[in-house]
Amino acid sequence: MEHPLADSMESTVTQQTEPAAPAQGSPPAAATAPAPVVEMRGISIGFPGVKALDGVDFRMFPGEVHSLMGENGAGKSTLIKALTGVYGIDAGTITLAGERVSFAGPAQAQAAGISTVYQEVNLLPNLSVAENIMLGREPRRFGGIDWRAMRRRSAELLAGLHLDIDPGSLLGDHSLAVQQLVAIARAIDVNAKVLILDEPTSSLDADEVAELFRVIRSLKDQGVAILFVSHFLDQVYEICDRLTVLRNGTLVGEYLVDELLRIDLVQKMIGKELTALDDLEHRAHAAVVDETDAATFVSATKLGRRGAIEPADLPIAVGEVVGLAGLLGSGRTELARLLGGIDRADTGELAIHGEHVRLRSPRQAISKRIAFSSENRRDEGIVGELTVRDNIVLALQADRGWFRPIPKKKQDELAQSYIQALNIRPGNPDALVRNLSGGNQQKVLLARWLAIAPRLLILDEPTRGIDIGAKAEIQKLVFNLAENGMSVLFISAELEEVLRLSHRVVVLRDRTVVADLENDGLTVDSLLALIADGRVASDDEALDERTPAVAVAAVGAGAGHAASAPPGHAASAPPTPTASTTEGDRS
Amino acid sequence: MSALAKMASSRLFWPVVMLLVLFAINLVAFPGFFEITVRDGQLFGSLIDILRNGAPTLIIAVGMTLVIATRGIDLSVGAVAAISGAVACSIILGSPAPGSLATVAVAITVALLISLVLGVWNGFLVAALGIQPIIATLILMTAGRGVAMLITEGQILTVNSPPFKFLGSGFWFGIPVAVIIAAVVFGLAALVTRRTALGMFIESVGINPEASRQAGVRARGLLFAVYTFCALCAAIAGLILTANTAAADANNTGLFIELDAILAVVIGGTSLAGGRYSLVGTLVGALVIQTLVTTVYTVGIPPIATMVFKAAVVTIVCLLQSPTTAEALSGFRRRLAVRSGKGVAAS
Repeated sequence: MEHPLADSMESTVTQQTEPAAPAQGSPPAAATAPAPVVEMRGISIGFPGVKALDGVDFRMFPGEVHSLMGENGAGKSTLIKALTGVYGIDAGTITLAGERVSFAGPAQAQAAGISTVYQEVNLLPNLSVAENIMLGREPRRFGGIDWRAMRRRSAELLAGLHLDIDPGSLLGDHSLAVQQLVAIARAIDVNAKVLILDEPTSSLDADEVAELFRVIRSLKDQGVAILFVSHFLDQVYEICDRLTVLRNGTLVGEYLVDELLRIDLVQKMIGKELTALDDLEHRAHAAVVDETDAATFVSATKLGRRGAIEPADLPIAVGEVVGLAGLLGSGRTELARLLGGIDRADTGELAIHGEHVRLRSPRQAISKRIAFSSENRRDEGIVGELTVRDNIVLALQADRGWFRPIPKKKQDELAQSYIQALNIRPGNPDALVRNLSGGNQQKVLLARWLAIAPRLLILDEPTRGIDIGAKAEIQKLVFNLAENGMSVLFISAELEEVLRLSHRVVVLRDRTVVADLENDGLTVDSLLALIADGRVASDDEALDERTPAVAVAAVGAGAGHAASAPPGHAASAPPTPTASTTEGDRS
Repeated sequence: MSALAKMASSRLFWPVVMLLVLFAINLVAFPGFFEITVRDGQLFGSLIDILRNGAPTLIIAVGMTLVIATRGIDLSVGAVAAISGAVACSIILGSPAPGSLATVAVAITVALLISLVLGVWNGFLVAALGIQPIIATLILMTAGRGVAMLITEGQILTVNSPPFKFLGSGFWFGIPVAVIIAAVVFGLAALVTRRTALGMFIESVGINPEASRQAGVRARGLLFAVYTFCALCAAIAGLILTANTAAADANNTGLFIELDAILAVVIGGTSLAGGRYSLVGTLVGALVIQTLVTTVYTVGIPPIATMVFKAAVVTIVCLLQSPTTAEALSGFRRRLAVRSGKGVAAS
């Protein structure tokens, strides 16, 4: 049981630690279900160069809702694909209802009673609901399809889910939520023992989620084991009985939801990584003092985009490092993309040195000397078949225009100087970038952005998936750049890293800014509390006095915007009481 | 030895070998194959014929190379060639002085301007509307012949205009005009894309469009430019083809030339998946295709077997270039090197 920061938190933590201990070996639902329906033991799966899963144990009991938790790359989807027969396993055993199984493909897993409903509805909108439910296993009669039996069977299934729709209607005419439920009806038709729902709520609104949960509960009562994967913590806590946490392809533990506080869950998902960079931390904090009166470089006011990020305020001063903290899907990347001109904002304003600007494309952002380095290095970063030199000069050249080529000699000088400064290996400007390691590719990208002499550098997960040495080098670089007057917006799932480098930390949760804090005595635990619950633990005195008010507000606000917070909060509040009254009426 | 190995690993290695093999076959069948004679101050010979007849394909293949480098394809080049020939011929026919230089100049200018419009249309479908290039250009491929047919009113327009004919079969400083035009188009394309940053942007967009966009490359404008340039190349080729026969045939001018052009690009080592391109490779590819046609005649392969022969050669080139074969061959070379290295050590 790891809890290195336990002593920095007060009495609350000691209470939290106890129940959070792995519940392994003591089946929580033991009264109702003595034997697990699914038992995976010592599952290992490797891909070239990566160990995706390493000796992971996982089990599910009938009649329970189980959640699989973990950040990107933790191995959640790999584990699901191992269970559903999409991937073969390198080591370990899978037991289904007491029998050893080994699936050669998804069809076999489905026949054995493991059904999956994926995030995107994989159905045919131009066919009827009944056809979709029975597709591939239509009842036959005299060599043809028995349409009557098909409609009857699908009507039964829909009734079982209390879904009142005509089986003959076109699937495409229904809302996404209903389509999702039809997909579930299809999945349980094959006498599913295990139903896997992969991010089923990501495109549903609150009422639709409630409808889905009603169906999940009724399936649970029928004894189906349900694996519910979602990055919405609130939903996990509402519907799930138990959860399993994975991190970096290994099992962290299995817990009863009721006994695991959110803060502990988040901490288990994110984990800890100790690096020898503590000196940076002190220097970073020392710098805070003299930049208080620094000019604001860029300032976002109520900047937002529908479905991506609620309107948010974000001022960034010259030479300031602002860290964005939050879970995957919290809106941290989405907010950064608006600032980098990658996506267009549909509300709010952006000002650079007080001057109003509209960023319609990355190109415009670059011309304002705002550089955005994507978290998705392979798809949105490197141009793999081009050389290191071409990759480094690309943005600068694009900014100059095609007709004013950078002279070959200048290109070589640029490439050489960045290869040396960032210690890019191999140090050959003519090497193709795709042949470099992840860390070196990241450095090439950094070089590309530094070459345009940015005034704001947005780094989205610049240290993800790279080795510890390169990580340290990149962190040092960020620090030095800020000392020289460059503003940096730094995003990382590793909170230690955010705290180490940032002057200020902005916390996001459920697509909303929930806090904007000076990094003055902030701890990982206080950030975890904000990420998990959207509010600060009341007895945490490390935070300054304005943070609780700001933190509760739905619309995040900087130091100067605290006054705008209460109205934003009020505006976002009403739906909850209304929803509860209607529920009260129904029952 | 290592120089040879380096050459062998070059993308151009197999196309060049193919070309040399074809030359050798021709030399055996026709000993005077490499002879070039000067008659009336004009160059004659099999090689000159190959260059002259291959010029239209090469010109189109140059434009096609850039389109393919952006992950696109342009199927409409044959139709655009037909339209430009039809436009030029109908203008020349409609003018009171078909033989005057001014008439021909106007005809050529109008034909090229129309091709620019057609290229912008393709660019619009691909870059602005985001239609898949193969579908987008298929529209003009099928509709274009119809447009050409309307322009020629269903007739084969035969023109008697010496300045126009000069384009197709004339000589300038002893060199066929078509060859000079092809050389100019090739040289300009190479110069403009490699001396400016255009080539790098084209490759970058072809390899990773989203990364290029985020790096500030104006991908949309680039696609417009590339498709427009390709249509312009097609129009130039169409004018040469039409001038060569002094007749505009809406149905047959540039028929299937898009396939030859794509083939030339692929033989030249530019991947249909986009990205790195080689104009020199395309040049070799176009020469291979044209030499193949000549070989069919010199060797005396019956016309009915021509297509099969061509298919066989193309299959061989593509097999040699496939990544799987390349891997197998390089493994073979490594084993060979290891064995010879051991031999040296032993002795």
